[in-house]
Amino acid sequence: MILAVASGKGGTGKTTVSVNLARVAGRHVQLLDCDVEEPNAHLFLRGVLQRREEICVPVPQVDASLCTGCGECSGFCRYHAIASLESGALTFPELCHGCGGCSLVCPEKAITETGHRIGVVETSEADGITLIQGRLDIGVAMAPPLIRAAKSFLDEGAPAILDAPPGTSCPVIAAISDAHLVILVTEPTPFGLHDLKLAVDMVRELKIPAGVVINRVGLGDDRVHAFCREQGIPVLLEIPDDRKIAEAYSRGELAVDALPAYHAHFENLLFRSRELYRAIRSEHHADLRI
Amino acid sequence: MENPDATQEEIVVISGKGGTGKTSLTASLAVLAGSPVIADCDVDAADLHLVLKPRTLESHEFVSGFEPVIRPGDCTGCGLCRELCRFDAVRVRDGDSGTPGYAIDPVSCEGCGVCVRFCPEGAIDFPERACGHWMISETRCGPMVHARLGVAAENSGKLVSLVKQEARRIALEQDRSLIIVDGPPGIGCPVIASMSGASLALVVTEPTVSGEHDLDRVLALARHFDIPAAVCVNKWDLNPGMTGRIEDYALKSGARVIGRIRYDNSVTLAQMQECTVVDIDTPAARDIREIWKNLQSEE
Repeated sequence: MILAVASGKGGTGKTTVSVNLARVAGRHVQLLDCDVEEPNAHLFLRGVLQRREEICVPVPQVDASLCTGCGECSGFCRYHAIASLESGALTFPELCHGCGGCSLVCPEKAITETGHRIGVVETSEADGITLIQGRLDIGVAMAPPLIRAAKSFLDEGAPAILDAPPGTSCPVIAAISDAHLVILVTEPTPFGLHDLKLAVDMVRELKIPAGVVINRVGLGDDRVHAFCREQGIPVLLEIPDDRKIAEAYSRGELAVDALPAYHAHFENLLFRSRELYRAIRSEHHADLRI
Repeated sequence: MENPDATQEEIVVISGKGGTGKTSLTASLAVLAGSPVIADCDVDAADLHLVLKPRTLESHEFVSGFEPVIRPGDCTGCGLCRELCRFDAVRVRDGDSGTPGYAIDPVSCEGCGVCVRFCPEGAIDFPERACGHWMISETRCGPMVHARLGVAAENSGKLVSLVKQEARRIALEQDRSLIIVDGPPGIGCPVIASMSGASLALVVTEPTVSGEHDLDRVLALARHFDIPAAVCVNKWDLNPGMTGRIEDYALKSGARVIGRIRYDNSVTLAQMQECTVVDIDTPAARDIREIWKNLQSEE
């Protein structure tokens, strides 16, 4: 089962939920940090690095001796990643999406593809947890190809927890698109509620079942609870607004280690997430039989 | 996109890590600044309107790029589009029995046009893609440009650039010298678009291992684009030792240290009352006023 942890708003506790869940899940769980712009899970699970791989995207390489400057490639490219000059074609690798269109349309077969580095994927082991994280190079704009690359390191036979980036656009979609269940982490504030609504729209668009974790309960009001009730979205865990958790987090400590009372809460979250997924799956099978 | 008018000052509030207080600080600075132009560039999860309560004057559709659509009647099911697509966006069309055929998954599609160009039947249309909305509104502090990216839509960087361009146009027309930009979290495409041409990146961080780690990356990004940076630590008293280390690090990286905001529930309280932190006289509000004073003074 692939369990993704996401949120519309940043800083609601995605990483807290992900790393604590991984810890209580026991051995042979994989934690995939898909927040490649700002990967943080490794700060809480200090493991031993096993493997580091450079990730490249295909970008055009023009053979100047073959290029006639006809402009077919630049006319085709939607991303302004290749320009045709009299002296030949000029490429802008940082704008390229790697669609391969320019090399397909070039009548002279002057364009081949070469790799352009966008970041790394690192795998480490921390107390039985396999942590896989993508890390985007500074100045690189496009996170989704790196997120997809990091996901390709997953062992499909073992359970996985995915820590998604904040927001509701392409990087998040790339992260959660084949998850079985999404846990949406929010807080009981106007910003938290507004961004939860966006995140709920997103998971519905993607047709992925979801549950909610409300963090810092006691801080705001009950509008998030009311919204979940109205929408029929189960609240899987409530984490109280506790300065002790914030302080443990600030030092890079897991809540379940620093405050043992939370161990049972996160075990319960894992149990309820699995139950929710099973219930939805059996419902789905029932539908198919009809 | 360069800012051609050097007399316009543009402060972009960013953080790397999400949830450190960008929007609360931006809203407060907008109030303290008097008559700025405000731009909410967190088009993915825009929240500034919840505390500045804008009155929308105009709303526009954001059209960007194209979306291929296969006409089922003309598709012979040859599968060439599926073979050429690098984004795994061509799916077997379900629901039909017997006839082979394909459809484009708009969520995976990046709009490159390879399928459209190479379909041997010419069976793929390529209409423009609606990706969201952008608005010009009026707030008690000044005009505000904000946007809403469509659910699961692409091109957030382009929408951010559009919001900034409109904010600059308004600043020029109405002779306003300051633009305050609420940036998105992270260091990727929308953040780069938000920072482009800014006169100062105001980085809000927190004294946590994540805040410290992400500050390092966001300051590196500011250096990469040659934009001066100033750092402020929110909830500084959560971990005073780390706050000191973060400030030392910021200074060593060539950034200014512009102030601290204490851990104060009144920040959330203001949000609950749909107002800005500086609308209520609290310790955190005093800290933010100090930051505004420091921002105005020369280094």
